[in-house]
Amino acid sequence: MMNSKLIISFAIAAIALMSACGGSSGESKGKFAPPPMAKPLTYEEAVADWQNQKGLGPITSVELGDFDDVLAKKGEEIYKLKCTACHMPNEDKVGPAPHGVLKRRTPEWIMNMILNPEAMAMKDPIARGLLGKYNTVMANQGLTQDDARAVLEYFRTLD
Amino acid sequence: MKSKNLLFSLALVGSLFLYTGCGNSGQQSVGALGSSSAAQKVYVAPGEFDTYYEFFSGGFSGQVTAYGLPSGRLLKTIPVFSLDAEKGYGFNEETKPMLMTTFGFIPWDDSHHPKLSQTNGVHDGKFLFINGNNTPRIARIDLKTFETTEIVQIPNAAGSHASPYLTQNSEYLVSSTRFSIPIPQKDVPLDSYKENFKGTITFIKGGQEPGNMDIAFQILVPGFDYDLASSGKGVSHGWSFFTTYNSEQAHTMKEKNASQRDKDFIAAVNWKKAEEYLAQGKFQEWPSEYYHNYYDDKTHTATADLKKGVKVLIPAECPGLMYYLPTPKSPHGVDVNPTGEFIVGSGKLSADLTVHSFSKMIAAIEANKVDEVIDGIPVLNFESILAGTVSSGGLGPLHTEFDGRGNGYTSFFITSEIVKWSLETFQVLDRVPAYYSIGHLSIPGGGSMKPWEDGKYMIAMNKITKDRYLPTGPELAHSAQLYDISGDKMELLLDFPTAGEPHYAQGILASVIKDNQVKYFPLEENQHAHKTLTEADTKVVRDGNEVHVYATMIRSHFAPDNIEGIKVGDKVYFHVTNLEQDWDVPHGLAVAGAQNAELLIMPGQTETLLWEPLSEGVYPYYCTDFCSALHQEMQGYIRVSAKNSNPKIKWGLGSEVHE
Repeated sequence: MMNSKLIISFAIAAIALMSACGGSSGESKGKFAPPPMAKPLTYEEAVADWQNQKGLGPITSVELGDFDDVLAKKGEEIYKLKCTACHMPNEDKVGPAPHGVLKRRTPEWIMNMILNPEAMAMKDPIARGLLGKYNTVMANQGLTQDDARAVLEYFRTLD
Repeated sequence: MKSKNLLFSLALVGSLFLYTGCGNSGQQSVGALGSSSAAQKVYVAPGEFDTYYEFFSGGFSGQVTAYGLPSGRLLKTIPVFSLDAEKGYGFNEETKPMLMTTFGFIPWDDSHHPKLSQTNGVHDGKFLFINGNNTPRIARIDLKTFETTEIVQIPNAAGSHASPYLTQNSEYLVSSTRFSIPIPQKDVPLDSYKENFKGTITFIKGGQEPGNMDIAFQILVPGFDYDLASSGKGVSHGWSFFTTYNSEQAHTMKEKNASQRDKDFIAAVNWKKAEEYLAQGKFQEWPSEYYHNYYDDKTHTATADLKKGVKVLIPAECPGLMYYLPTPKSPHGVDVNPTGEFIVGSGKLSADLTVHSFSKMIAAIEANKVDEVIDGIPVLNFESILAGTVSSGGLGPLHTEFDGRGNGYTSFFITSEIVKWSLETFQVLDRVPAYYSIGHLSIPGGGSMKPWEDGKYMIAMNKITKDRYLPTGPELAHSAQLYDISGDKMELLLDFPTAGEPHYAQGILASVIKDNQVKYFPLEENQHAHKTLTEADTKVVRDGNEVHVYATMIRSHFAPDNIEGIKVGDKVYFHVTNLEQDWDVPHGLAVAGAQNAELLIMPGQTETLLWEPLSEGVYPYYCTDFCSALHQEMQGYIRVSAKNSNPKIKWGLGSEVHE
C-alpha cells in the first residue's frame, strides 16, 4: 500500500503536469474571492452612467412610490444606531454623507451598498472607486432588506 | 465525499500523467492505490468542514478546547475555570464574577469531564458541562456562543472528580468528594480520619435551562475516595453510579494503604427515591454557603450570588436510597452501556473488567442479598449482581465507551492499549496500542444512549507523549490519537497534540450545533448597564476618583480617541461597545500599562477594562484584533495629569470635542 507522502507527491506532480498542459489548477473557495482582474467600467464611466448602475446584491428593483413619513422615521432610527459611527447626514466623516445621495445613486445601488458592502467594494465600479477615495471598506451592519428600505426612505428626506 | 477523494484522485491522475505524458488518456488503474488510506480518512480539504465537534477538557489548564474531527484541527479554546488573557476572561469587569467562590476569587482550576446535555439520552447540542476538581464547581458552556455562562460551586466537598455525569434528560448533574474531609469542616487531627472524615454525593438541578443551576441535595456518605461516576439511562434511568476507592480509609501513603482490600465499591444512588425523601421532608437543612455565578448574554455581564443552605440526606435514615456494589481492585471508571443494563467497573489494579447487571442488582435488592451494611448502606452480594467478567489480557483498565453495535472499548493505562469487547459474550474482539499510557477514551455519543453513526471514530487521550512529536523541552503537549472503529478492526488514523491534560472528551455530529451559532449580538438587545449605542452618546464622566469612559468602536476608530482630564490615582473604567453588526469582526482594546489584560469585544457587545495610571504622561490605546486595512490607525490617546492637579475632563473624536 502506498504511503500518504507518496500520494501527496503524486498529487503535487499531477497539479504541476496538468497546469503545464494547460489544465485548470483549481479555483480557491470561500466567500472572500479575489477581485476580478478586469473591470467592466472605470469609476468615472460608472458615475457618469449612475442612473443605470444598480450595484451587486439582493436588490434588483425598487419602486420608491409616495414618500412614507413613518417609514422614514424608522429609517432614521436605524441609521442613527447602525450608521452614524461613520456617516453623518450632511458632512463627510469616515465615509461620505448621504445628503443628496438619490441624485447620485439609484435606490437599488444604495440598498445593495448597505446590504452587500464587501462584494460591492470588490466588484462594483463606483463602490471600488469610493474605496480608493475613503480608504475603508464599509462595514456590513446586518440590516435586513426592510431595514435598508427604511433607511432609503430616510435618505429621501436628505435631498 | 468528493473533496475527500480529491487528493487521491489527483495522485491517481498524476501517476497516469507521469506514465503517459501530456495529452494521452490512460486506462483507469486501481492497484496499490485502491485501498483506503488513513490520510484520506482524515483529510478535510481547505474550506471544507469537519463532520464532528470534539470537546476536550483542559485538565490543569482549567479550560475546554473544541477540535474538529476527523482532521484534529483546534477550533477554539473556551475559558471556563481559569483566567484567559486572550479573551479578557476573568480580567474584564463583566466576567470577574464568574470565578467567585466562598474562597474568594479563584483564577484557576483543574477541569475534568466535559459532558454534553441530553434529551431522552441523546446529545441535544444545547450545552456542555464540565467540573472543576480543585475548588469544586460545575460550569455550563452555551453551545450557541461557545462561552461559559454559568458556574455553581459545590459546598461540603473537596475534589469534585466524579462529575458532572448528567442524567438522561439533564435533570441532574452529579458530583462527589474525591477527598473526604470533615463535613462540615473543622480542625481535627489527620489521624482521626476514620472517626471524622466523610464524603458527600451531590446532585445539581437546573441543567436543562440556563440560569438556575443549584444544589438539589447532598448525601452524606462514608469517608472513602469517590472517583468517577455515570448516570443510568434507559432501564437504569433514575439511578447514578459512583466508584469508590480507599474503602480502607487510609489518610497517608494511600498508594499502598488504599490498595489493601480485594474489592472496593460502586455506589448506586436511586435519585428518584431521593426525590421522594425530599418531598417527605426527611432531610437535614445545613447552613452551607456556595456561589452561583451567571453570565447573561443580554447584559453581557455576570453576577455572583452567594447562596445559603443545602438539603442533606443521611443514608441510614433513607432506606433504599443507595447501595454499594462490590467491585474488584480500586475501580476507576464506571460506565453504563447505551441500553442502561450494564454497569462496567474498571478495577485499575486488575486485569479484568467487572460488568454488573442492573436488572440483577434490582433483583438482589428485592431478594435482600446483602452481605454487610456500612453506615446504613447495604452492600449487595457480588455474585448476585455480576453479569460477567471480561478477561482482557491487559493491565490497568480505566474507562469504557460504547459503539451502537453492542461493543465496549476499554482503555488500559499500564499496557497502553484499547481493548474492544462484546457486550454479548464478554469476549475480547480486538486490541490496538495507544501512544502512550492512555487515560480516557471517547467515542462521539459513546457515553449516551445513541453513539453517533453507531460509533465511527474513537479518540484516545494519553498521559505520556515522549517521542510522538518534535521535542519541545521538558514539557510536551499531551497526545491524542484518532481511530476508525467502523470496521471489525480498530484502525489508527491520526495523532495530534492537545492543550493542557485532557481528561475525557465528548464529540457530537457537527450538524447538530453548527447552524445554531450566534454570529453577533444585536445592538438593539444590548442591556449592558454601561452600553453606548451611538457615537453621539459617548462621554467621559468623573465620579470622585473613578472615571467612566463610555466608548464605542467600529472599523476603524474609537470614539472618543482623545481623552484628557485623568489624574494619577484614578480608577478609569473603559466601558467599550463594539458597534459592528457583522460576523467575525471583534475589536480589541489594549491600554498602555494596564495591569490586567486586553478586552476582546464581540460585535454588539459591551465590555469594561479597569485601568489605573501610576504616573503622569500620555498613554496610547489601540485595537488588538486586526480589523481592517486601517487597523493600525485604530488608536487613541489618554492624558494623565498630576494627582493633586485639577484638569478638566475632555474627550473627542476628530472635530467633535466635548468638555
